[in-house]
This record gives sequence, structure tokens and C-alpha cells, in this order.
Amino acid sequence: MSAVIESHGHDDHHHGPAKGLTRWLYTTNHKDIGSLYLWFSFAMFLIGGAMAMVIRAELFQPGMQIVEPEFYNQMLTLHGLIMVFGAVMPAFVGLANWLVPMMVGAPDMALPRMNNLSFWILPFAFFILLSSLFMEGGAPNFGWTFYAPLSTTYAPPSVTFFIFAVHIMGASSIMGSINVIVTIMNMRAPGMTLMKMPLFVWSWLITAYLLIAVMPVLAGAVTMMLMDIHFGTSFFNAAGGGDPVLFQHIFWFFGHPEVYIMILPAFGIASHIIETFSRKQLFGYASMVWAMASIAILSFVVWAHHMFTVGLPLAAELFFMWATMLIAVPTGVKVFNWVTTMFKGSISYETPMLFAIAFVVLFTIGGFSGLMLAITPADFQYHDTYFVVAHFHYVLVPGSIFSIMAAVYYWIPKWTGNMYDERLGKLHFWLSFIGVNVTFFPQHWIGLAGMPRRVPDYALQFADWNMISSVGAFLFGASQILFMFIVLKTVMGGKKATPQVWEGSRGLEWTVESPAPYHTFTTPPKVN
Amino acid sequence: MLYINFLFLRYSQLGKKLMFKKAATSISNKFFAGLIILLSSNSFAAWDDLNMTEGVTAISKEVFELHMLIFWICVAIGLVVFSVMFYSMFAYSKKRNPNPSSFHENTKLELAWTVVPFLILVFMAIPASNTLTKIYDDTEGDINIQVVGYQWKWQYKYLEDDIDFFQNLTTDWDEIYNKTPKGEFYLEEVDEAVVIPVGKKIRFLITANDVIHSWWMPDFAIKQDAIPGFINTAWTVVDEPGIYRGKCTELCGKNHGFMPVVVKVVTQDEYDVWVQEKKEAAFRMAELTEKNWTTAELTERGEGVYLKNCVACHQVNGQGIQGIFPNLAGSDIVLNDKERNVEILMEGVQGAAMQSFANQLSEVDMAAVITYTRQAWGNAENGDGKIVIPKDIVEYNKPNI
Repeated sequence: MSAVIESHGHDDHHHGPAKGLTRWLYTTNHKDIGSLYLWFSFAMFLIGGAMAMVIRAELFQPGMQIVEPEFYNQMLTLHGLIMVFGAVMPAFVGLANWLVPMMVGAPDMALPRMNNLSFWILPFAFFILLSSLFMEGGAPNFGWTFYAPLSTTYAPPSVTFFIFAVHIMGASSIMGSINVIVTIMNMRAPGMTLMKMPLFVWSWLITAYLLIAVMPVLAGAVTMMLMDIHFGTSFFNAAGGGDPVLFQHIFWFFGHPEVYIMILPAFGIASHIIETFSRKQLFGYASMVWAMASIAILSFVVWAHHMFTVGLPLAAELFFMWATMLIAVPTGVKVFNWVTTMFKGSISYETPMLFAIAFVVLFTIGGFSGLMLAITPADFQYHDTYFVVAHFHYVLVPGSIFSIMAAVYYWIPKWTGNMYDERLGKLHFWLSFIGVNVTFFPQHWIGLAGMPRRVPDYALQFADWNMISSVGAFLFGASQILFMFIVLKTVMGGKKATPQVWEGSRGLEWTVESPAPYHTFTTPPKVN
Repeated sequence: MLYINFLFLRYSQLGKKLMFKKAATSISNKFFAGLIILLSSNSFAAWDDLNMTEGVTAISKEVFELHMLIFWICVAIGLVVFSVMFYSMFAYSKKRNPNPSSFHENTKLELAWTVVPFLILVFMAIPASNTLTKIYDDTEGDINIQVVGYQWKWQYKYLEDDIDFFQNLTTDWDEIYNKTPKGEFYLEEVDEAVVIPVGKKIRFLITANDVIHSWWMPDFAIKQDAIPGFINTAWTVVDEPGIYRGKCTELCGKNHGFMPVVVKVVTQDEYDVWVQEKKEAAFRMAELTEKNWTTAELTERGEGVYLKNCVACHQVNGQGIQGIFPNLAGSDIVLNDKERNVEILMEGVQGAAMQSFANQLSEVDMAAVITYTRQAWGNAENGDGKIVIPKDIVEYNKPNI
């Protein structure tokens, strides 16, 4: 394989990156666009994180200290929207851009110009969303789930800008997914059959189909809101014959697949890292693929478990309870596969592996609380309390976000040609690990004890654990500055990485030099 | 406050036992002590503070048992999975096991860990489905109470007895803004509790007037969304008299965190007395409507009504919040247009947060609060100073639309 690359090495000189700002504005190179996505998502992670810090500072003690309830609601809304649409999703798209072409042996993404467009509309979407903070009446204040009629009849005027921003984010996601699907379906190297694809590629193929299926549903929901607000319709207005519950059905028909969109690529990443550092082939490749596909299909028939308290008929409650419980089966299969991969391996604990192991353990804890939430009668007590907040932060922070960090440490030698500082990486891991658990574990307890979510103030019995949770949050927040420092330090220099980087790494991306040349696989490699 | 002291005490006692006496008050040790409470088998009492309430009804106890059952199932599965994982991490580290094994498939094993979890889930689904079916018993109650969510208060209508009142938070804003010490039931106290008798089937018919709210009473295991245009039902039979506290659990705007629910469960005799008192109070209110009111009397009464019902949006100084809630101080309607002023209060404003108060306020209170806004903040001097008397409200005609 290396022979193939060397013989085309001369071409690279004619196709190197352009200089200056225009390189980034006009680029159609999947590696450049991947980097843009990743930096953008990190910026959003810091902004959304700063909002989380405001929230935790306000909740540090009972009583109102730092902000007003009105602004608090704006913070929790923007925190959710930015983290979901600005941090986690673009980070995964960035990883897909960097890795999918290299993993399938393609020279670039299939639709490079659309790739450029799908990234460059994102900053505008978030500029519009964030600018609503400075508008009369303030930013959206109705939660990231924007339930009507709070988000329509009772919303601040900036809701229209929010709707426009969501439309742009949706367009970006759809274009990104089309690109991923077309690349994977048409540009795999000869010999790479579907069942030989790396799991990250599989996870993204499934994710991309989910995105294409549900993003238009979200666009429909916000368009109906727009009509209600400006054009006199009554889709969600009971006074005009509309149906506020319809909004929730539409939103969660998008929303539940959306939460798997934010976790499936993490499954792919964890699989690669665990097999690499266990120096042992992944256990149960085929069952991993089937598990991901089952989770994706089930995600379309479980949405109403977010709505157990809206007054659904008994038959619906039973159906959605059973269907939701069923998701535990394929999810369990994945966890068992990861553990069995480690069993009888030869395991070393570099930073990516630490993050991946923490991902498996803490995601599983989030899965357990998810199973508890599926039990409808118990959900009547859990619903909309801090127990739910703890649950979804466990699957999103030490779930999705840990997997993204693991991926950065794992592939950054390939991206930059330099090894990161292992000592600092481990320090970052332990600070994040402790911070995340101190923040979110006590939230299970205060939720069970009866603290509702989305409140700026609380009764006195919740004071102790809220304070501890806030301390954990500040620790976690501060550790991410260290993360930025480590990444910048690695970009600037460091120990040179070999092409294979890790002793146990397998796959096409490890056959090219480190850093990966600007153009890779201009002639497709042959896969046996 | 009491509660916190109690917690401190418990932590420090535990700390003593575990020789962390000196630092027992520091945050890190509180956390550590909390973990120990959780992990040590002889301190299950502490679960009460960190766990779901068992509640006081047959249903709430069943729900609690389901919660504990699924919790222990998760703990058991977790122990198995994580022990294998941690064992592998230790025993198969690169140092101890330099040569990895090469197996990567085992159909029997994979089949087993698909089928066994499925069977566990079926085992769990059976009691859960049974309890759920019981909760969905939709037969009539002995007492039917309509619960209506408003931004940010609850209205209760006893359908059989014609009782109708609102429930507002009574915690002082000075407590919330840390100007005065916080009381024992901070954010969990209201002006008027929902009163129900023991041993009767109470059915709640839950809806909302503006946005979606959610009526949650943990001790009865009832959480039901209050949705405009829908009437959801929930029922309970409570056998233990007492005062039970819950909250709104659906984000409903600015003061979502400040609309608690309080239910007082009393004996049948006490309940009958309460019903009688409520009826007499309604009669006295009707008499007040006939009375001849002076401007000063109306303004004084109106200030109280305003502070309870209007300040959340229009603020104490009447100036509202720019861009969302209109300014009343110096507003043209409040100054010079008495008819439109009354109409807004009676009808609400279509497409805005301003709701109709026609069903929320008595004629006397309605007249008083309008008069108050037309007199306060210099409005009397700057406008026509016309007052509104209860008779104006009684004779108010719905506008033709």
C-alpha cells in the first residue's frame, strides 16, 4: 500500500493547500473541512459550557443570586441548543469528514462543494441564534424542546430568529448526511464490502440515514410554529382548534432518533479504540452492526416515552414502555462485546483508552437510568426531575463528549503528525472523569428526592447536593481549558508520530503517513 | 434550615465513626460521607433523603417498589458486567498478559446475552404493566376537582360543591432574593391548600389556561401534564391525614420554579366544616359587591390583588419588562380609556401573555385592581383618574367580535 502512495507523491505538490484565509473559506478538502467542523464545535462547546457554568453558579445555593429567572431560562435553552446542534453534532460531522474517506480508501468526500457549503452555513446559524441574546425580550427561553404554546403564543419576539437558525442547522445536517451516504456507498476501495467496513463508517452510515429521516420533521415543526406566530394558523393553539400535544409528537419523532444520532458515532469510535489498545480484534463485529441498525430502527417507535405524562391512552403507554425497554437488548449486546474484546486482550492505558473505558462504564450507567425511565409508572415520578437531567447528561457528556475527546486523542497524531503530551492527556482525563461524576451523580439523588428540572431556585432539602454538583461542574468546565491547551500544543509540535501511531491500530487511515498528506488515496488501495 | 442541620448532624456522626470528624463540614467530606452512606449497608435510613418517596397511597407504594426492583436489577447487571470488565483491565493488562488471545466470535455466547436480557425485561414488564393498568382506572371519583394551571398559580374547582379558589406561592420575594432568612417550607408554601378527605376517591381533572404545566404530587405518585384544550385525569385515595407538597414540573415560563402544589388531607368531619366555611366566604364576597366603595378602599384592596396576581409580569412599579410585558405606568389605556382597560382584564389579549382574569378574580377584586392601576404610579394625576366599581364589572358586556 505504501508503494501506491509514494508513486503518487509528486502529484501532491500541485494540490497542496492554498495560503491564508481563502484556504479555509473556499476549501473543498475533506481534511480542512473536518478541522473546521472540529474547531467550530469546540468553540460552541466552550460557549455552551459557559452557559452551563452560569446555570450551576445560580444553583450553587438556594435563592436567586446571579441572574434573574427570565435570563436563567434563556441560559438553559441556549445551553441545550448549542450543545446538541453546535457542539456534539458538528464534532461528529468533523470526525466523519476527516476519517470516513481515509477509512474507506476514498480520495475525498463525494460532494466536496456541498461539503464546504454545509459547514459554512453553520456559523451563520449560530450567529443568528446567539444574537437573540441582545434582542428586545431576550433569547429563546422555552427550553431546547421548545414546547408550544410557550414557544409560540408566549414566546419572546426572537423566536423567529431561532426558527430561522434551526432551519439552517437542519439544512447543514442534511447536506452533511447526504455527503456521508454517497461517499460510503460509492467510493469504497475495491474489495471493501459493506461487512468489511470499519465500525465508525458503519455507525456514520446509519446515523446519516437517521438524520435524513428526521431533520425534515424538525423543519416541519418549526415551520408550523412560524405559521402560528406570524400567519394566523392554529396548529398548536388550542384556542384556535389546534393541538399542543401534536407539537410534542412531532418534536419527539425527530427528537428520539436525534439522541441516537448523538450516540451512534460514539459506538463506532469506542469500538476502534478498545480493539486497538486491547491489541485484539473486536469481538462480534457483525453483531455490532446489527445492534446499531436495530437501535436505529427502534428509535422511530419509542418517541412517546418522552411524553408519558401528557395523558396518552393506556394502550399507547404500554406499547411505548415495551418498545423502549427493548432498546436495552441491542445496547446490552454492544457493551458485552466491548467488555469481551478486552477479555484476554493485552491492554494498555493511553489517554484515548482511558476515555473509551470511561465511556463504556458511564454510558452504561446512563443506560441503566434510561431503563428505569422506561418503566412508565416509575417515570411518573422521574419525569421532568433532575433524575432525567442526570440520565441524559450521563449519556451525552461521558457518553458522546468523552467519545469525541477519545477520538481526538486517538487520531490527532494522524491529523498533526505529532504525539500529544501523554501526561497532560491523562491529567485531562482524570479531571474530566472526576468532574463529570461529581456533577451528575448527585443529580440522580436530588431528582429522586423531588427537585424538578429547569428551575432557577429550589427548596432547602436539595441545597447540599446542588452545591456539590456545582463544584463538580466548575472542575469539569475548567479542565476543558486544559484540553484546548493540549490540542494547541500538539498542533504546534511534539514527538513525531509513525504512520501506524499505535501498536494495535488497524485500518486504512494508519497506512498513510502522519500527518496524513493533503490528498490521500488518489489511487484506491486494494482491500483483501 | 432544620433539615440542613439535620443532615450536617448525620454526616458528622458518620464522620466520627469513620474518623473524619475534623473535616466533616467541608464539602469534599460531605460528598465522601454521602458516598459512604450510600455504600455502607447499615445506613439505609439515608436512602429516604436521596431516594424516591414511598408516598402515602397504595399506588405510590407500588410505584416505589417498581422503582426499587428495576434499580436492583440494574445494580445486579452492572456488578456482573463491570466485574468482568475490571477483572480484564487488571488481569489482561499489557504487563501481565503480553500476548493477546485471538478469538472474536462465539455464537452461543452472543445468543445468550441477547436472550437473557430479553427475559429479564419481560420479567420486569409484567409488574410494570399491571401497576400502569391500575393507575389508568378512569371510573368517577367521590369528589371531582378540576385543576387549572395558570402562569404561575393553580386554580381548583370542586365540581360538586361549587368551591373555586387559586393557589399562590406565599414565600416572600425577599427570601428568594436573600434579603431575609429562608423559612422551613421555602418555595413549598402556598396561601391556600387543596383540602381533601381521607379514604375517598378523589379524581383530578387537569387542564391549563395558558401554557403547559404539570401537576405533581410525589406522595400520591401523580404527575399529570396540564395542557390547554385537554382535560387529563388522575385519581388518588389517601389514608393518612397530613400536608403534602409538590411542584409544577413542566417549564411554563419565568416563574416555573415558583408554583408549588400543596394538598392537605383531613378527616371527613374536618372536610365538611371546611366546605361549609368556603361556601360562607363566597356568600360574604357576594355581599361586598353590593357595597358602596370609596376610591381609597378600592385602591387599598386593589394593591393586594395586584401584588398577588400582576407583579410577576408588570412588576411592582408597574413598568413591566421591556419588549415582553407592557408598562402600565403612564400607559394610554390605563390613563384615559376606562372601557378598554376593563375589556383587557376581562378578555385577555389575543396572541399575548395577557390572560383573561374574568374567571380568576371576583367582581370586587377586578374593580379594585383596575382602580389601583389607574391610581398608582402617578396615573391618577396624569390621566382622567376614573375609577372602576364592582357594579361596572357586573354590568360589563362581552364585546361583539
